[in-house]
Amino acid sequence: MTTIDARPASDMNIVSTGAATSEGGQELKPRGEISQKALMREAGAVLRLSESAAAALSEVAGDIGEDQSMIINMGPQHPSTHGVLRLMLELQGETVLRCKPVIGYLHTGMERTGESLTYLQGGTNVTRMDYLSPLNNELVFSMATEKLLGIDDDIPERAQWMRMLLSELNRMSSHLLFLATNGMDLGAVSMMLYGWREREEVLRFFQKVTGLRMNHNFIRPGGLAADLPAGWRDDVLHLLEMLPDRLAEYEILMTGQPIWRERLQGVGVITQSEAIALAATGPILRSTGLAWDLRRDMPYLKYPEAEFDVVVGAHGDAYDRYAIRLQEIRESMRIVRQILDKMPSGDYRIQNKKVTPPPRGRINESMEALIHHFKIFTEGFKVPEGEVYVAIESPRGEIGCYIASDGSSVPYRMHVRAPSFVNVQCLPHMMRGGLIADAVVVISSIDPVLGEVDR
Amino acid sequence: MSGVVADESHGQRVLFVERSEYLAAVTALYEAGFTMCVDLTAVDYLAHESRVVPDGVVTQRFEVVVNLLSIANRERVRLRVQVGDGESVASLFDVHPSTEAMEREVFDMFGVRFDGHPDLTRILMPEDWDGHPLRKDYAQGRIPVQFKGAAS
Repeated sequence: MTTIDARPASDMNIVSTGAATSEGGQELKPRGEISQKALMREAGAVLRLSESAAAALSEVAGDIGEDQSMIINMGPQHPSTHGVLRLMLELQGETVLRCKPVIGYLHTGMERTGESLTYLQGGTNVTRMDYLSPLNNELVFSMATEKLLGIDDDIPERAQWMRMLLSELNRMSSHLLFLATNGMDLGAVSMMLYGWREREEVLRFFQKVTGLRMNHNFIRPGGLAADLPAGWRDDVLHLLEMLPDRLAEYEILMTGQPIWRERLQGVGVITQSEAIALAATGPILRSTGLAWDLRRDMPYLKYPEAEFDVVVGAHGDAYDRYAIRLQEIRESMRIVRQILDKMPSGDYRIQNKKVTPPPRGRINESMEALIHHFKIFTEGFKVPEGEVYVAIESPRGEIGCYIASDGSSVPYRMHVRAPSFVNVQCLPHMMRGGLIADAVVVISSIDPVLGEVDR
Repeated sequence: MSGVVADESHGQRVLFVERSEYLAAVTALYEAGFTMCVDLTAVDYLAHESRVVPDGVVTQRFEVVVNLLSIANRERVRLRVQVGDGESVASLFDVHPSTEAMEREVFDMFGVRFDGHPDLTRILMPEDWDGHPLRKDYAQGRIPVQFKGAAS
């Protein structure tokens, strides 16, 4: 009973000013401590607004006394902040006036780590960034390395189709997890179980192919680590048979349900010009009606040979983003079906002595093969000097990899353009003027992966 | 435009822009349709000063690398800006609000300052952190690994 009251006043001060943590300068400041310009920016006026839009904004961010609003802290430990996202929210009653994401709680210096791993080991590092779509991370890193090596046009057909298969299945598993967490955040707990269950089926296939459920390091510069195992086609067909009925169930459970629509429609709205100005990509950009998908607009792998639709929304709200991701699972299934039809036979990796280790059998027979194998896995292979930026469409948007090489066997600088890191900047704009109860919905609809935000 | 040297790297368009012309060049590119700034990062070339650059470009320790995207033309362009140690560059915030977090990250990791940035604080490291972790002269901590049964 007396524990709180008995605490010395100085302790309570520390808690309330945030001085116990050292994020002081990164936190949301009270209105009295910042300039009018900074206030307008934090309230969401970073864009060149039209007069009507600015007028609409002033209804929310207008002059209110400091005693009428309250700054609260949400996260980093909170079940619905998807990892360790911390938000500082300024509230007036239940209305969110300002919001500031404070990130970095999961920062482990992965870009710095990447500077000490060879190009062959690099995959183990980048695959842990966006841990919900590890294969897409590996893919973009491998493609950047291949471009620097100048072998990007020589990757065998089968390797490219295999990469596409894994990338699309990974998109499905990632979106299934989104449906699960989105349901959980809104209180549809059954959906959490269903989404997780279906995702597990996809991960089971990954385990069969790569040996691991996550963090595969399977897509490597030059191709893939191994060929598809026997029976893979049946496993994929099993997934394709199972999923349509399950997705139809989700539609009944959520899409058709009035409460679900009420909670999502008109919540977290972002306009197309805002999304472009904030460099939002993926489902967030597409929810505003702009059909921008790197698979179609700046194609890579064999996407030009696949037929699929780019799903767009019209309102830019949380419901559109939910519906887009649900429909994208179906589009990915459509692509996977075409991959099954078109998968050629052939090699799963490039036969280039520089980057490809000799086959296991040769090592027993040939001394040169043994040395070669040893050198590739210890020293790695040298990559010519240069710099390159490669981007692909991950489930969350544009994931890019910028590598600067100094001609050695480790990247001089390896930077990953993480879609979640950039998309999190949309939060203040989506939350402004909304209700605190909808804050959870907005976070969920961004679908951030904090491993990738903080790297 | 003066102060801009066009180059190509693996089929990708690269522009070397002088620090003084940087904001003007990005604004001009914005007018030309490059409305999205997808990425802004930096490289510390302290340990690799002999890098290859086109004639007319004076290399400095840091390089700010900006990737712009034109959605209308499905085109990308990359800007490389040479920045010396202790020098600052103009912030792109007024042209591309998306650079807010990216410039904070570059400041946090490299210590490159952006003039006109509204909130140039650390973003990934704690506020009281000493040093900038992605600089090449930043000491990288290591934990020695003792393999089981290794001879000592």
